[in-house]
Amino acid sequence: MPSSLSILRLAVLKPSFAALALLLVFASPAAAQLSFKPTAEAVQEEKLLNALKEGDKITGRVSIPDGSAANLIQPAGRDWRDFQRSKLPWIGGIAILGMLAVLAIFLMVRGRIRVHQGFSGKTMLRFASFERFTHWLTASCFIILALSGLNVSFGRTLILPLFGPDAFATMSAWAKLAHNYLAFPFMLGLAIMFVIWIKDNIPGKLDWEWLKQGGGLLSDDKHPPAKRFNAGQKGIFWIVIIGGVLMSVSGWFLLFPYLPGDVTALQFWTVIHAVIAMLFIAAMLAHIYIGSIGMEGAFDAMGSGEVDLNWAKEHHALWVEEQQAKGGVAADTPPRAVPAE
Amino acid sequence: MARVKFLCDADRCIECNACVTACKNEHEVPWGINRRRVVTINDGKPGERSVSMACMHCTDAPCAAVCPVSCFYTTADGVVLHSKDLCIGCGYCFYACPFGAPQYPKVGNFGSRGKMDKCTYCAGGPEADSTPAEYAKYGANRLAEGKLPICAEMCSTKSLLAGDGAIIAEIYKERVMKRGYGSGMWGWKTAYSDSPTG
Repeated sequence: MPSSLSILRLAVLKPSFAALALLLVFASPAAAQLSFKPTAEAVQEEKLLNALKEGDKITGRVSIPDGSAANLIQPAGRDWRDFQRSKLPWIGGIAILGMLAVLAIFLMVRGRIRVHQGFSGKTMLRFASFERFTHWLTASCFIILALSGLNVSFGRTLILPLFGPDAFATMSAWAKLAHNYLAFPFMLGLAIMFVIWIKDNIPGKLDWEWLKQGGGLLSDDKHPPAKRFNAGQKGIFWIVIIGGVLMSVSGWFLLFPYLPGDVTALQFWTVIHAVIAMLFIAAMLAHIYIGSIGMEGAFDAMGSGEVDLNWAKEHHALWVEEQQAKGGVAADTPPRAVPAE
Repeated sequence: MARVKFLCDADRCIECNACVTACKNEHEVPWGINRRRVVTINDGKPGERSVSMACMHCTDAPCAAVCPVSCFYTTADGVVLHSKDLCIGCGYCFYACPFGAPQYPKVGNFGSRGKMDKCTYCAGGPEADSTPAEYAKYGANRLAEGKLPICAEMCSTKSLLAGDGAIIAEIYKERVMKRGYGSGMWGWKTAYSDSPTG
């Protein structure tokens, strides 16, 4: 190095400089290293945060077995919090209270959908005992799952002030257990329903006609013809199947939180689970309404399984014809006089 | 009352993991649960930095905001604590936490979540201070004894600082001024929106 040589020349001239020059020579490698400024290239939190894309997180390496501990900062948690505390109450509130309001208005305006011809006194089997068992297995699980799920979303605001923290936490812990365990019979019921009812729920031309005529929702005496299930019932079937599968898949990951492994995946599945749940509950409220107070004679289908012949003819004319052709149902009798109300 | 915080000076952290070990030992934290961990960013590359991270005891804590049973509370010192008697182990705080602080023991038939465990800033829980019941659920209560968290107290390079947020921020800024560099107050912007008093 020329600089070192010149220093050496200096050292010959002046011994007092020699010590200083030697020091410089020995110090120069260190000085050269410092000029690299390793700290200038060091990781900066601010740069990392600014470079983060939405939903990303700052991750590194950890020496412990828990891989998820390598996530240092995940700002997406704030978005999830915002969803839980600000968005979900609105989604759920509008879906559920909105549906209740629509149903209440419908009941006030339209009233109960009556059996126009009146009850015939004759009945025919609509749902066999195994079908009813499957329905009520799924339905009872659904109700408990819905209530315990709503408790997670709204209990803190609505029930905690009434119960107090200890009783509410105890109740919520049991609700969580029920939610976790009843998921399995619910999924079983869902699978059976799919198998036993899929053949009657394939959409067809008749359904389009039914929908175009408003399904007879608007008048008692005009019901578009339908087979075993009309378009509305097929809609409910597919809502239950598709909604149920989405709830099952998302719920499965929440039930086994170590499966997806990553907090981002878990956040995604909780959002899916919550939004679908709110819409699912709203749709089931309509189903419960029309199967009970909304329509005269409808509950028997899932109650005793035997429906009145006139109800069946008005709502499922083609199905009744099919059954009569099979010989399982009594032949037509002249309709009774309509009782005055 | 002081608003206590953690601050990890990543330019001093040597990734010795003594804070992790000391924490586990002090509170007899169960196997598989880490209240504190050291994360190395850009490991093996020039300018790699290690950050010791635990619960940051956030201002307006996200965990407390999303808890369905409202089991969190903030002490007068700004420490975010929770009641394991109320916790139902739903995992919501883990989804919301920016720092991955909440930990859950695997319990039950499916390995599902038990009651949440996290850094207490060595301040125990809702039980009476320094009782066996408090120790069993939350670990030691050093704050009640006038001591700071063990992780920061025994940090060999004084990288991990604990104490009054305003004071430790001042110490860090002095260090940065003196040495001319600093990789940042890790997590502060996220936890306290950069506010020294928040």
